[in-house]
Amino acid sequence: MRQTRNGGYGGVPRWIYVLAAAGGLFVVLPLAAMVAKVNWTQFIPLVTSEASLQALGLSLRTSAASTVLCIVLGVPLALVLARGSFPGQRFLRSLVLLPLVLPPVVGGIALLYTFGRQGLLGRTLEVAGLQIAFSTTAVVLAQTFVALPFLVVSLEGALRTAGNRYEAVAATLGAGPTTVLRRVTLPLVLPGLASGAVLSFARSLGEFGATLTFAGSLQGVTRTLPLEIYLQRETDADAAVALSLVLVAVAVAVVALAYRSPRAAERAPSGNGERTTPARAPGGAAR
Amino acid sequence: MSTRTHARTVVITAVLMLGLAACAPASTTPSASQSAGSESPASQSPGATGQVSGTITVFAAASLKATFTQLASDFEAKNPGTRIVLSFAGSSDLVTQITQGAPADVFASADTKNMTKLADAKLLDGTAKDFATNVLEIAVPPSNPASIASFAELAKAGVKVVVCASQVPCGAAADTVEKAAGVTLAPVSEESSVTDVLGKVTSGEADAGLVYVTDVKGAGGKVRGIPFDESGRAVNTYPIATVGSSRNKELAEAFIAMVTGADGKKTLSEAGFGAP
Repeated sequence: MRQTRNGGYGGVPRWIYVLAAAGGLFVVLPLAAMVAKVNWTQFIPLVTSEASLQALGLSLRTSAASTVLCIVLGVPLALVLARGSFPGQRFLRSLVLLPLVLPPVVGGIALLYTFGRQGLLGRTLEVAGLQIAFSTTAVVLAQTFVALPFLVVSLEGALRTAGNRYEAVAATLGAGPTTVLRRVTLPLVLPGLASGAVLSFARSLGEFGATLTFAGSLQGVTRTLPLEIYLQRETDADAAVALSLVLVAVAVAVVALAYRSPRAAERAPSGNGERTTPARAPGGAAR
Repeated sequence: MSTRTHARTVVITAVLMLGLAACAPASTTPSASQSAGSESPASQSPGATGQVSGTITVFAAASLKATFTQLASDFEAKNPGTRIVLSFAGSSDLVTQITQGAPADVFASADTKNMTKLADAKLLDGTAKDFATNVLEIAVPPSNPASIASFAELAKAGVKVVVCASQVPCGAAADTVEKAAGVTLAPVSEESSVTDVLGKVTSGEADAGLVYVTDVKGAGGKVRGIPFDESGRAVNTYPIATVGSSRNKELAEAFIAMVTGADGKKTLSEAGFGAP
């Protein structure tokens, strides 16, 4: 299906363009309407207020931390899901992807009953002197919870598309599993890993529901940019719009960064959303 | 080359938008207490107050959910052929919705500030009428882990207190009370709605929270309320008014008359509201 363009046949029915234009407008128009609402004379003072800057700084810091956590936890998960073979593998995959479709507030409630003071692990952690509720750690946990599937999906797709031929060759030449992972597998899927990490970062940046439910909202500690926007909206619509624009700008920058190097993306496609079956993967996947 | 890159971009963008879009909490819950099909104007009982019929939409502050649901079904029972559709959210959210053209006939606010916004925008029909008051109370988990007994004790070291942010009415009230009591709180969280404060207390995350008397009553046994003298310094007044764009002002006024009348007062005071 996706090879049709390779043969030179680029015929898309004309009416498809009409619908595509409508789809594009549907996304662009609300953003344009928001930009039109920005109070430009007040824009700089609004976005550089202490509360705004603290919220932006906190958002960037926590998103960076949760992206690191996503990589630490997500790379092994993706490897196990793509290369391993064990009973319940499919079930595990569906579970890992669950936060993608859950409303974030549900994630927040679930985290509350895990890491909260009365939670499953919270009580033990409190005895150990660790308090997670109402701390920046809680924000990072909430963001990681919702962002992890993005990394796992991207990387698992990349791993399957890359196939395991080179790994097999490296192994026959005497490389141990860890060496193969370090010298062959990871370099091969690096672009996929990078785009997964960027997606996780972007998702963390936008996290709202789980943070609100689980971490609370205190300036400089747990009030990230989306929470600040939500609060400002109560009294100062101009500030809310200005901050929304900042968040959009950061998101655009992040996404642009992810697609800056098309060459890298071409060499090893992340294969997001086009999970090839294991039977097809070793064949080099349509390349 | 381009097909694949494009496909990937599209998928990723779609997923991203989905993720961002899923963050907004749904706050309006229209609730119709009468089943469809029973809306025949001919079936009016002669004993009912006035000759009202049809459907109106009432936008009411979230703290009025229990009382207004009760009042609406009472009203419908007394006035066959009428239907009250209810939508609850934070007062400032509702003001935004009405300003943007949401079809509301009646607006009941949790503070005068938000009602004034609509009056200033000339979106009201007539003037607003105050119908209830509400004061703050300290809510603690039933076991009261931090042994709070007074407002001043909320400032004790190590007590996890949650309040509303100053931008929302319950937070403004908390600020006033703090000043009146001469106590400075160091909250662990400043939530954007009173229900979020209550949630942190019922889940046991916080040792105490500042919420309304009616929230404590509405939470049943899940929290314990501790009244304090300084709460009288910040009394929230609830006004109600007909929205100017209403297509059924008679019915809207009849409903307002019930809320401000004897029936309304009884239901409201049972829920913990004070008289204006």
